[in-house]
Amino acid sequence: MEPHTGLVAMHMSDGIVNAPISVLFALIAVLGLAFCVSRARRDLDDRTAPMAGLVAAFVFAVQMLNFPVLPGVSGHLLGGALCAILVGPYVGALCVSIVLLLQALLFADGGLSALGTNITNMALIGTFVGYGVAVAMRRIATRSRGGLLLTAFVAAWVNTVVASLGFVLEYALGGQGLALGTVFGLMTGFHALIGIGEGIITALTVGAVAAARPDLVHLTRTSSPSLQIKTTGVRS
Amino acid sequence: MAAGHAHPLYRAGDSVVHRLPAHVKIVGAFVFVLAVVATPREAFAVFGLQFLLLVGVWIAARIPPGWLAARALIEAPFVVLAVLLPFFAVGPRVEWWGMSLSVDGLLAGWNILVKGTLGVLVSVTLAGTTPLRDLVSGLSRLRVPAMVCVIATLMLRYLEVIAAEARRMRLARISRGHDPRFAWQLGATVRSVGALFLRSYERGERVHLAMLSRGYTGTMPAFTTASASTATWAAALLPAAGAVLFAASAYWAW
Repeated sequence: MEPHTGLVAMHMSDGIVNAPISVLFALIAVLGLAFCVSRARRDLDDRTAPMAGLVAAFVFAVQMLNFPVLPGVSGHLLGGALCAILVGPYVGALCVSIVLLLQALLFADGGLSALGTNITNMALIGTFVGYGVAVAMRRIATRSRGGLLLTAFVAAWVNTVVASLGFVLEYALGGQGLALGTVFGLMTGFHALIGIGEGIITALTVGAVAAARPDLVHLTRTSSPSLQIKTTGVRS
Repeated sequence: MAAGHAHPLYRAGDSVVHRLPAHVKIVGAFVFVLAVVATPREAFAVFGLQFLLLVGVWIAARIPPGWLAARALIEAPFVVLAVLLPFFAVGPRVEWWGMSLSVDGLLAGWNILVKGTLGVLVSVTLAGTTPLRDLVSGLSRLRVPAMVCVIATLMLRYLEVIAAEARRMRLARISRGHDPRFAWQLGATVRSVGALFLRSYERGERVHLAMLSRGYTGTMPAFTTASASTATWAAALLPAAGAVLFAASAYWAW
């Protein structure tokens, strides 16, 4: 958890995907982002700016924290599924996108031409697929604490693996050198392992939030019964 | 790192490059990088010329090479990918020092290496010469939705607060005997990530109330940024235009 020490690029650099495909995915990212902006406003109304700003700061800070994996080896959280479960897919995708945009502009983490592909993979595909999985498992998630942790784990694992499939798709369209099968095997295999770490951290974080402020977990929030007015038996 | 002040890659200075409006620099950087990415990989000389254009920018910005090199190291993981490519790629192979290397893989590796390196150098140059506040107001000038700019501003303003909070939590854990080395010791670290989320979220709620009590109605005052004259645009886009021309010349020659 040393911020900034040994900070290395975790996002795609320039030159991995060719120019036309980079531009294509930049357009997809812009459209997706525009959609998220309009829906995030509906989720949070006039609270959008401060809430999303602070959640984005949280994502940024969490990505700077390194977790121990083995002595000398540490990983950090991507946070797509975590955000989706805690604040919903639209605010979540928006926050992760803004973090990626500023990492590229301020920290040179992720190439400028690869910004579209990075946002598409991690912010859009990752967050929405993670959320989709979580919604599909909502019944399990609301049943017990273990169910919620399991849901968060599966959502984060699927989020990580599917985000890497986004990379495979982009590489298939605009990459060169490796046979597609090799890329597929390397990326999914590697990310299936990373996803376990992401899943454990996401599950435990969601568990910690749910224990202290269950009302803040977006995924299970809608399932809470609405306010009911009950009358007493006493008549006036 | 409060908004308007420095960020880790910023290198204070008062050069021609530093004084350019941020939105012009952002456009220039994106065009330059796209030109590099669009250059055919066999056009070895073109990458050299594009590098020379960047050297020109660094001289104008008075950025020393050592400073750049240290910050460009962020790209290192992709160098590994570039080195692995010749061994795993398909197609005709060449023998080199007893190793069988794929010709296509060598070129593909070179492609990632040179484009990734030029790309990260452009990013570091942009970040090194543009303060935070200017970057975000530059984005708003480029018609990035106001909502995104406001979120980005607030994020940058509170990032250091949240990061400091995380540091204090870490210190508190360590002073209570926490010494995480293995994955199964994650518990305490992760619980503080949960606590960090709660503190961030609740801080967001307080910030919202503070904004409301100061007359916030759901929209922020617009960013005021100076527009750039045609001459400024022309001067600032000179390196990018050069990179595009060189890339285009490669298509003529090949």
